[in-house]
Amino acid sequence: MSLILTPNLVDPDGIYEKLIALHEGRDAADSQRVNARLILTLINHIGDRETILEAIAVAAGGKV
Amino acid sequence: MTDVRYGHVWRSIGPSPRPAATADEVPVVIAGAGPVGLAMALDLGRRGHRVVVLTRLDYIAGGSKAICFSKRSLDIMDRLGVGQRMVDKGVTWNVGKVFWKDRPDPVYQFDLLPVKDQRRPAFINLQQYYVEEYLVDALAELPGVEIRWGHEVRGVAAHDGGVSIEVGTAAGSYAIEAGWLIACDGNRSPIRTMLGLDFEGRIFEDNFLIADIRIKEDRPAERWFWFDPPFNPGKSALFHRQPDDVWRLDFQLGWNIDREECLKDANVERYIRAMLGPDVAFEKEWYSVYTFQCRRMARFVHGRVIFAGDSAHLVSPFGARGCNGGFADVDNLGWKLDLVLGGASPDLLESYNDEAIVTADENILNSTRSTDFLTPKSEVSEAFRDAVLGLAAEHAFARPIVNSGRLSTAISYPDSALSTPDEDDWTGGVAPGSPALDAPLGEGWLLGELGDRFVLLQAGGGATAPEGLDTIAIDSAIALARYGLEAGGAYLIRPDHYVAARWRRPDAAKIARALARAQGGDPR
Repeated sequence: MSLILTPNLVDPDGIYEKLIALHEGRDAADSQRVNARLILTLINHIGDRETILEAIAVAAGGKV
Repeated sequence: MTDVRYGHVWRSIGPSPRPAATADEVPVVIAGAGPVGLAMALDLGRRGHRVVVLTRLDYIAGGSKAICFSKRSLDIMDRLGVGQRMVDKGVTWNVGKVFWKDRPDPVYQFDLLPVKDQRRPAFINLQQYYVEEYLVDALAELPGVEIRWGHEVRGVAAHDGGVSIEVGTAAGSYAIEAGWLIACDGNRSPIRTMLGLDFEGRIFEDNFLIADIRIKEDRPAERWFWFDPPFNPGKSALFHRQPDDVWRLDFQLGWNIDREECLKDANVERYIRAMLGPDVAFEKEWYSVYTFQCRRMARFVHGRVIFAGDSAHLVSPFGARGCNGGFADVDNLGWKLDLVLGGASPDLLESYNDEAIVTADENILNSTRSTDFLTPKSEVSEAFRDAVLGLAAEHAFARPIVNSGRLSTAISYPDSALSTPDEDDWTGGVAPGSPALDAPLGEGWLLGELGDRFVLLQAGGGATAPEGLDTIAIDSAIALARYGLEAGGAYLIRPDHYVAARWRRPDAAKIARALARAQGGDPR
């Protein structure tokens, strides 16, 4: 697996705070829009096809 | 916390008589006999100062308040001589478990393993009234410290040379002329209000129910935290052990509630039985409903009036940063005010203002982030939170993001004006502005040897310390490694056990300059 599934963030609390702040004051549709933009930006940064497919599989596997 | 009720008596003491003299002159008056005010009195009293503590209560209050005391606080209490009593009575704990919905296994678990080769554990749980009792007992040994029970500050007039205080008692009022007034009078601080000072920050629209109960069952001393459990749907809950078979249960209630109704025994017991099972046998110790705020004063030092503890800064309880943050204030202020009372320039107290604000801001930041994770403010925030919890159960990467409270640790002051910046290359060790690390030393512990004065920690001889500066030679491999020290190197440690300066090869002049700087003097 080339997808990193171990902790890899230097400042998880600070980054999470920014992520939630991105949605402040937005309605559901607008939140969906910025989430989609964020994901597309990140998968471009990752670039590697296999890694992205593994991440998609992880996302799909989360059962609530 | 903002709804501590004082009606509950832990230890009755009775009112102190009104002083015979019509005008009392005291170098230091401390308002408030909570843990922060009492620890402040102990620090200054042990340094030989005359201190009067004023408290409107004439008893030690019971009830559910602070319970988690950090290693850093225990180190401070060791310095003040009451650490061992706290540890002997307290419940030491390491394991925290985070549960989500109805999953029987934790989605995340952390282990605050006892830090190896240090005297104190990461945390103990101990009811606040025990801490207050131990501090009151220690103060009774100090002839210079007087606690006046049932004496309330009714008026404050600050002037250049001190503070005029009007004190009310059941037997009539009287005046005190104080050199310094330290306001440890809690989150609603009457002194802050009397002086018309600000208290800015964020109010969280949520209520939490605390039930401290006695259960005679042998359950592990672990911190259990639930997100969205079946017994409190959509909200959070906490379960934590205290001494005497007392357990702290904490339930998030939401904002629009009838607080009186929530506090009725029948309602609280419904929550308790939902969490612990319908047949659980328990005794009520104390129930209360609290809300919280994250806020602080813009400044903690206002001329001759100095604020410490909840009067100066407030956080949410998640992370145990309230009382532990207050003890950090005491630790920082004690030696500085001691120097000022001994003739140093009051400008030194500006460093208390700066460093205590660094501490408060870090505590507020962590506490705010925890609260936002615990109680998401929007649907999308909740979706992210639940995604983190779901992923955490399956993948290690999401676990550091799970935030059920970031527990209090010692806070560094990287930009402190009192620190001398490194001139050598250091790859490890303890940077200036950071707290000294404990390590075994001889038969005891390094922090125990530091005491409450400036100290030079030296490895393998080297420079001669300036006159009046005590030297401690460290030789154990653990201590040398922890400080990154080799023969000839040295650390200058402040009375509050923070690193002021360090050198690979110091000379006496450098040490003297760093010492002057750390005492608020001109470093040149």
